[in-house]
Amino acid sequence: MTATTAGETTLGKKPRIEPGLLSPYMFITPAVLIMVGGLLYPVVMAFYLSFYDWEIGRELQDAPFVSFDHFVRMINDPQVWEVLWVTLRFGFWVITIEMTLGIALALLLEKPIRGASVFRTIFILPLMVSPVVVGLIWRYLFDARIGWINYYLGAWFGIEPLVWLGDPQLAFFAIVFTDIWQWTPFIFIIIIAGLQALPSEVIEASDIDGANWWQQILLVKLPMIRSIIIIALLMRLIDVFRGLEVMLIMTGGGPGRSTELLSLHIYNRAFETQQLGYASAISVLLIVVVFGLSLAILNMANPMKTRSDV
Amino acid sequence: MKNDAVRQIYYYTALILLACISLAPIWVMIATSLKDEVTVQGATPLWFFFVPTLENYQTILFGRGKFDTYLMNSIIVAVSATFLTLSLGGFCAYALARNRFAGRHFLANATLLVRMVPPAVLAVPAFAFVTLSGIDNDLAALTFLYTAISLPFAIWLLFGFYKQIPIELEEAAVVDGATPLQVFFRVLMPLMTSGYAVAGIFTFRIAWNEFILALLLTGRNTRTLPVAAAGFLTEEGVEWGRIMAMGTLIVIPPLLFTFFAAKQIIAGMTAGAVKG
Repeated sequence: MTATTAGETTLGKKPRIEPGLLSPYMFITPAVLIMVGGLLYPVVMAFYLSFYDWEIGRELQDAPFVSFDHFVRMINDPQVWEVLWVTLRFGFWVITIEMTLGIALALLLEKPIRGASVFRTIFILPLMVSPVVVGLIWRYLFDARIGWINYYLGAWFGIEPLVWLGDPQLAFFAIVFTDIWQWTPFIFIIIIAGLQALPSEVIEASDIDGANWWQQILLVKLPMIRSIIIIALLMRLIDVFRGLEVMLIMTGGGPGRSTELLSLHIYNRAFETQQLGYASAISVLLIVVVFGLSLAILNMANPMKTRSDV
Repeated sequence: MKNDAVRQIYYYTALILLACISLAPIWVMIATSLKDEVTVQGATPLWFFFVPTLENYQTILFGRGKFDTYLMNSIIVAVSATFLTLSLGGFCAYALARNRFAGRHFLANATLLVRMVPPAVLAVPAFAFVTLSGIDNDLAALTFLYTAISLPFAIWLLFGFYKQIPIELEEAAVVDGATPLQVFFRVLMPLMTSGYAVAGIFTFRIAWNEFILALLLTGRNTRTLPVAAAGFLTEEGVEWGRIMAMGTLIVIPPLLFTFFAAKQIIAGMTAGAVKG
C-alpha cells in the first residue's frame, strides 16, 4: 500500500487509496488550466473590455474607462435590435423547418432496412463540411450570373435570373436554405436514434391495443422522445446564436443588415468598425443568452450526473 | 406481402432522393474544381460530362501561392490540438469517472457549460491577448485555443466511455501486480479505442475547419487552409475553379473520417441528446 504524503491530514481517514491515483487533481489540472486560459479567461476578458472604449490601433492602457456606457448604448442601439430580430427570425425559420422535416423523415424512415448505414453515412456528410466551404459552395450556387440555382429556375420555371445575395429578402432566404441543407440531417440522426432506443414492448403494446399509425406517433412515440426533441431544439438554437462563418462568406451580413446574425454583428463591430470595447459589451449579451440556453440543456440532461451519482 | 414490397420501394426512393440532396452541393464543388475557367463560366451547369482537368489543383498546389505552407499549418495545428485534447482530456475524464473529490461536480458542470462558448466571444479577447502580449507564434496560440474549445466535449465524451468500463477490471490488474501506468495503458487503453477515436475525430474536425479565430490570429505565413480559401474571394472576379479545388482539399479529411467511422461520429453526435 503506498502511503500518500497527505496521509496524516484530510485523506488520512481513508484506509485504502484508489489504485495508482496519488491525487486525481494531478490528472485534471492540465486540462483545467487550458480550459481556464482558453475559455474562461476570454469570457472574463470580454466582461472587462466591455467597460473600456478600446479601438483597434489604440493601446489598451490608453482606452478610457466608460463604466456602463456601452451597455446603455447597446439598449438604445437600433442596430443591435435589428440584428437580434434577424437572429430570432432566422432561428425561427431554420428550427421550425429543420425540426419538422427531420422528425417527419425520421418517423417515415425509422424502420431498420438494408443499407441503412450507407444512407446514414451520406446524410451526415453535410455536417462534416467546414462552414467556410459550405459558405463557398452556396455562394457559388446562388451566384446571380453563373449560379446553378438561377439556371434551373430559368430552365424549369422560366424565372428571370435573381440577384440572390444582393437583395435583403432573397439573401435571407438563401442563408435559411443553406442552414436547412446542412442541419436537417442532424435533427434526423438524433431523432432516429431516439426512436430506435424506444423499448419495443411499448410499441407492441400500443399495436395490440389497436392504435393506428397516427395515434402511435402522436400519443406514444413523440411523447416518449419529448426530451430528445427539446434538447435537439435547444442545441440548434445555441448554434443559431453561435454561427457566423457561413454568413460571413456568403453575404458578409448584407445587404444592409439583412443576414447579419448576432455573432456576425459582434465580429463586424469589432473588426470592421474597429470598436473592440463596444463589441465586447455586445458579446456579454451573447454569453448571457448562450449560457442561459446551455443551463436549460444541463437541467434536462446532464450525463455526468445521471450516470455517476448512484 | 405485396404491400411490403411497395413500401420498400417508397423507402428506398425517399432515401435515395435525400442522399442526392445531401450529396449534390458537395459534388458540385468537386466537379467545379475539375473544370477549367471557361467551362465554369459557361451558361449550362455541367454535372458529369465535361473534360476534367487538374489545372486548378496544379495552380494552387504548385503555383505561386504558399499553399504548401498553409497545408502544413493546418496539419500541425489540427494534429497537435487533437493530441493535446486526447491526452489531457483523457486524464481528466478518467479522474472524473473514477474518483470522488472536492470540486468534482463543479468541474463536471462547468465543463458542460463552457462547451458552448461562442467563437465570436473568444475573438476579441484572443485578438487582444495576442496583440498585447506580442506573441508571434500564431500557430501555438491557435493550437492552445482549439484545445481549449475541444476539451469540454472530449472530456464529457470520454467520461461516458470510462464509466462503462467496470472498475473490477482495474482492481484485478492491480491484484495481479500491475503498476498504475500499466493499468492505464495496458488495461484501459485497449477498451477505450473507439472512445478516443470519436473524441479525436471531433477535435480534429474543429481545428481543421475553424475559420474566425484563424483569420484573426494568423499572418501571411501562418494561415490555415480555410483562411487561405476565403482569401480567394476577391471583389473583382472570383476564380471559382480554384476556390472549389481549395474547398475540396479542405473537405477530404473530414469526408474520409465519415466514410471510415460514420458509426462513431453518429454516436458522438447523438450522445448529447439520446443517452442523457
